[in-house]
Formats: sequence, structure tokens, C-alpha cells
Amino acid sequence: MISETNIKNKILEFLREVPDPEIPVLNIVDLGIIRDIREHNNFVEVDITPTYSGCPAMKVIEDDIAAKLREKGINNFRIKNIISPAWTTDWISAEGRNKLREYGIAPPEEKSGDKNFLLGKTKNITCPHCKSINTILISQFGSTPCKALYKCKDCTEPFDYFKCH
Amino acid sequence: MEIKDLIFNYSLRLGDSSLVIGHRLSEWCGHGPILEEDIAMTNLALDLVGQARTILTYAGEVEENDRTEDSLAYYRDERGYRNLLLVEQPNGDFAMTMIRQFLFSSYQLLLYEKLQYSKDKTIAAFAEKSMKEVIYHVRHSSKWILRLGDGTAESHERAQNVLNQLWRFTDDLFDGDEVDAELTKLGIATDLSLLKPVWFEIVKKTFDEATLIIPQGEWMIRGSRKGIHTEHLGFMLAEMQSLPRAYPDAKW
Repeated sequence: MISETNIKNKILEFLREVPDPEIPVLNIVDLGIIRDIREHNNFVEVDITPTYSGCPAMKVIEDDIAAKLREKGINNFRIKNIISPAWTTDWISAEGRNKLREYGIAPPEEKSGDKNFLLGKTKNITCPHCKSINTILISQFGSTPCKALYKCKDCTEPFDYFKCH
Repeated sequence: MEIKDLIFNYSLRLGDSSLVIGHRLSEWCGHGPILEEDIAMTNLALDLVGQARTILTYAGEVEENDRTEDSLAYYRDERGYRNLLLVEQPNGDFAMTMIRQFLFSSYQLLLYEKLQYSKDKTIAAFAEKSMKEVIYHVRHSSKWILRLGDGTAESHERAQNVLNQLWRFTDDLFDGDEVDAELTKLGIATDLSLLKPVWFEIVKKTFDEATLIIPQGEWMIRGSRKGIHTEHLGFMLAEMQSLPRAYPDAKW
């Protein structure tokens, strides 16, 4: 007989095969949006949380999870959207951060909940291409809600920064 | 009023303000002064409409009358809307949009800082989540206040004119009524009169730095909590609601 922990781990591994629709280099487990998995009498419940309230990818993510579970022969499940505790970039795994960097997106460098944000006192962000810290913010808002746009003054390349949240 | 009516009303107020200003911001899509700002304003819109979806869904659940986020957004007329008067004001020029945003987001941030400890679990979760997004909105809009106010002679003049026009809607932000009072007693809402001096200090600091002067002795316009609006909301809703009203069977 397989224990519940084993089933949960197994499902977690399945979900690692689901890429984030907007940043496909990350899977949804790396991104920290899978909050809990429960299994009882062959019924599986997966809790997910949005990165941002208006994240347009949530519906796609739900559909992708459902498709993956069915593909693995799990047909009895429910996907639940929860908003508390609020998603934070602190939940992006170390592996996820490395993947982001390799992909050309600078991973979040600060801890969330830092009030310095309000004052605009941010650290120098490291360029994911040439590793220089001689970089400048172009816009707080980038191609997706979770990213800001930066430019490196040394290698002159623009890059996305996964902003701290 | 029963507690469920109070929470329904309160949730509508939170949701409607986010929805209306989110829709206003979305009107900038494709019209921003520069590409980065076009993207920034639509990002703000996305956050705010997303927040509205959460809390309007909750309003519908609390009301127990089979209304969803969509039916609440698309099938209420202006008198049924409970958004603040400030947020329905038209976009005007870029300065108008940014000053409106700064006045509202600073208010929203203070409000959500309190509501994250609300005894209503859904309102608390909503506030906790939204607050993190609003921090960025405050930061973005306040930086523009500085650039515009303390920029060129023209940008200063336009920013000052806008501040003079919008200030009259700011008492409405704090105009608590029996819904606020009852829910504050229950630890669900918060006393808005306590937020007002804190908010004033925050916005004054930024306006001072931006060399903008807060007008004094303005005639203050109120009424949002009773659904009494300025003439602008009706036109906005007419456009926003036209598709679902013309095609009620339309699906996303």
C-alpha cells in the first residue's frame, strides 16, 4: 500500500512537468504556486495561489494541471485557488532562481516585505548576462506583472528583473 | 442591517473602487505617452481588476442571491455602484491620471494595512494580497508626482491644476457611514477618520517635495457610499458594460 506522503510526492513530481505559461523556463512548483496537495480515498486536492491578483495565467495553469493529472491517470481531483498566505518571491526555489538567471531574467534579490520599496531604495540588480551591478531601472513594470525592466550599463543589454514581491 | 448586508456593502465598496480605477487605467492601453508607461498603467489596471474580481466574487457569495463577479460588474447601474468619486474621474492628461492614482493608492495602502487584520478572513486575505501590489502603485505614482511637479514649468502648471481639480473628492475617501461604524465595532472594518491625518501627512510630504500646493477651502464633494456619483461614471459604465448587455449569453 502506498502512503499518502508517497502519493503527494508523486503528484508533486508530476506537477514539476507543468511549465509556467509566461516564464516557461520555470515549472509551477519552482515558482511556489503549489501550496498544498491532499489525498483522501483516491480524491486529490491541489491548492494553488496566484502570483498577482490579476495574473492572467491562472486559468491556463489550472487547465494545465488538470491535463497533467489526467495524463497521469488521476481523474478524481479538485484544484482550489487560495489567496492566503499571499504569494511571495521568497517561495521561488533555489533551483528556480538559477533557472531564471540562466534564462536571462535576474531573480529577486531582496526579501519581500521590505519597506524600503516604498522609498524606492532598492539594491543594485546584477545583470544576468555579464554579472555587472552597473545597472539601471528603466521601468518598474515589464512584460508580465511580476517583472521590471532594467538595462545594464556595461554590456548595454536590457533585461527583465523578477521583482521582489 | 444584518451582518451579511453590511459585509456585502463593504465588499462592493472595496471592489467597485478597484474595478472603476482599473477600468480607467485600461483606457490608456495603446495611448500611453511612452511605451513603458503604457505597460505600467495596464499592469496597474491588471492588479486592480484582479483585486476587484476577488472581492466582488466574495460579495456575491455573501449576498446569497446568485450574483457573480460578472453580474455585479456588468448588470448594476451607476446608482448601484459604490466606488469612490475620485476613481471615476476621467483620465484627463497623464498628470491627472498619476495624481488620481497617487491620492487613491496611498489611501488604499493605509486601508489594506489595517484590513489585513480584519476578523473577516476573506477580507483579511484580500487586503494582505492586494497590499503587496498597491505598494508598487504608490511607488510608481509618487515618483511621477515628483517628476511632474518639480519638472518643467508646463508640467508643474498642469500637475498643480489637476491637484486643484481632484482635491475636492478627497474627503469622500474618509466619509465613513453606519456600515463602516458597525463593521469597525466587529473588528471587520477600520475607523476611516483615524486614517485621514496619516494619509494627509503622507501625501503632503510628496506634494511638498514636488513643489505642489494642496488647495485650501475647496468645496468638498461626497456621496459615494450612497451611490451618488459625478456625471462621469455613467458614461464609463455604458462603455464597460455594453458587450455583456448587448450579448447576455456571451461567454469568456
